[in-house]
Amino acid sequence: MKKLINKIDDVVAEALKGLSAAHSDTVRAIPESRVVVRASSSSPKVVLISGGGSGHEPLHCGFVGYGMLDAACAGEIFTSPTPDQICSAVHEVNGGRGVLFLVKNYSGDIMNFKIAREILEGEGVDVESVVICDDVSVTDSTWTVGRRGVGGTVFIEKIAGAYAETGASLNDVKSLADRVNANVRTMGAALTSCTVPAVGRPTFGLGDDEIELGIGIHGEPGRARVKMSSSAEIVEYIAGAVVDDLPFRPGDEVAVLVNGMGGTPLIELYIVYNDLKQFLGGRGIKIGRNLVGSYITSLDMQGVSITLLRLDNQMKELWDHPVRTPALCMWR
Amino acid sequence: MAFTVEMVRLSLEKLNVLIEEKREYLTDLDSAIGDADHGINMNRGMKHIIEKIRGKEYSDFGGIFRDAAMTIMSAVGGSAGPLFGTFFMKIGQKLIGKSEVSIEELAVAMQDGLDGIMFLGRSGVGDKTMIDAIAPAVEALRENSSDGDSAAWNKAVIAAELGMKGTIPMLSRRGRSSYLGERSIGHQDPGATTSYYLISCFRDASVEG
Repeated sequence: MKKLINKIDDVVAEALKGLSAAHSDTVRAIPESRVVVRASSSSPKVVLISGGGSGHEPLHCGFVGYGMLDAACAGEIFTSPTPDQICSAVHEVNGGRGVLFLVKNYSGDIMNFKIAREILEGEGVDVESVVICDDVSVTDSTWTVGRRGVGGTVFIEKIAGAYAETGASLNDVKSLADRVNANVRTMGAALTSCTVPAVGRPTFGLGDDEIELGIGIHGEPGRARVKMSSSAEIVEYIAGAVVDDLPFRPGDEVAVLVNGMGGTPLIELYIVYNDLKQFLGGRGIKIGRNLVGSYITSLDMQGVSITLLRLDNQMKELWDHPVRTPALCMWR
Repeated sequence: MAFTVEMVRLSLEKLNVLIEEKREYLTDLDSAIGDADHGINMNRGMKHIIEKIRGKEYSDFGGIFRDAAMTIMSAVGGSAGPLFGTFFMKIGQKLIGKSEVSIEELAVAMQDGLDGIMFLGRSGVGDKTMIDAIAPAVEALRENSSDGDSAAWNKAVIAAELGMKGTIPMLSRRGRSSYLGERSIGHQDPGATTSYYLISCFRDASVEG
């Protein structure tokens, strides 16, 4: 294992210190609770709080700032944050107009946010939560944990964050976030495994000529393991599965995220975007907004995920709302 | 004979040593069907619990179980933190104000803890989780409490071990291993394994001292 780290135990804490030092105009880290908050508090509004295991940077801490999150809690690598971290994030930023948790659908995240919510409600804080579940590669049923939260998280944090900035109520922000969640779908493909620092070896084995379709952001297995093929063929498989799932229909206008898994260069992501544009064009689906880059990663994994969100006018307007965070900055 | 607050302290001390010893084994079990951190996380959690309770005086079960629960929740995160935390918390709440109880009373409190795990994890027997080791152990403890403490504990440990081994052929329905579907079959659940260790440490502390 070759990684630019000092001590394995210090990976998360040192990364948070670096993030807040590099972006001190936007965010502030509270190292003892591993929480990142906005550098300056905004006018009273509904506060958006997310968090999860580390290793998916820039998610979530890189999305703290005007127009997106108010605070993010960083767990150990691929391990959910704890209830006391979540509570201290809320105590730090709560402006009295309510708190919305944006939680990716994983057993650990659900439980820790649930316990935090119980504690906070006991203190009289108004808390709602949205569980993000956009990964089409997992079968959804009441007998399973359900779909994982992946790339759609970036869209939900952006759009709900913008809405909260306009002064919307807790219930309104929650319903909008639910609506985005209901209209967003994602699927990913891995070219290589990731390596968790504390483990020191790749999480799963993959032959030189193999890829895993439907991979999760922690290296969880997907739908199928197939021979490596061209970008256009991989796009056809994963974008096809995404389109068929919702389903997206001819005439739909979508926002797309072509997301790198951490170890894939931008030049390849643009090739994927080019293939995706042609594929969607063939299906009569129009790309209204796009994001190309590594926004929700799996450490050093090579691979890509494709997220499609069916846009409506309100979502489009909120997409265009200014945002200023370490990892996403659109200011006009 | 009865179950005392000191036995809880001793059980946790024993569990800390055992988890340290089994750290790699638990992590190997977890890397087969999870994300390879169960041994590391439980080792960290138990160390923090011992730091918290060592040398501290407890007048009742409520205090020691609450400290264990809060510590493991904040030191571990993931799923293991809240689930073992809830187990300890509910047992402590049931036995608040008491410093010595019968095995029968303890079994009733452990049932509360088990219910807490099931509620929080939205899970039941047969999903390939820690519940598959704890549920039969609690039942054995309750049903055999009239045969004397050591007989009841021995049966509880055997039940937990059978429950743990019973997770091998199961298809996982909860947690990260559930994403494997059919591929989760044939592997022993790491959470059930830790739960078996927990029951056996409670037995050792109660019976052998």
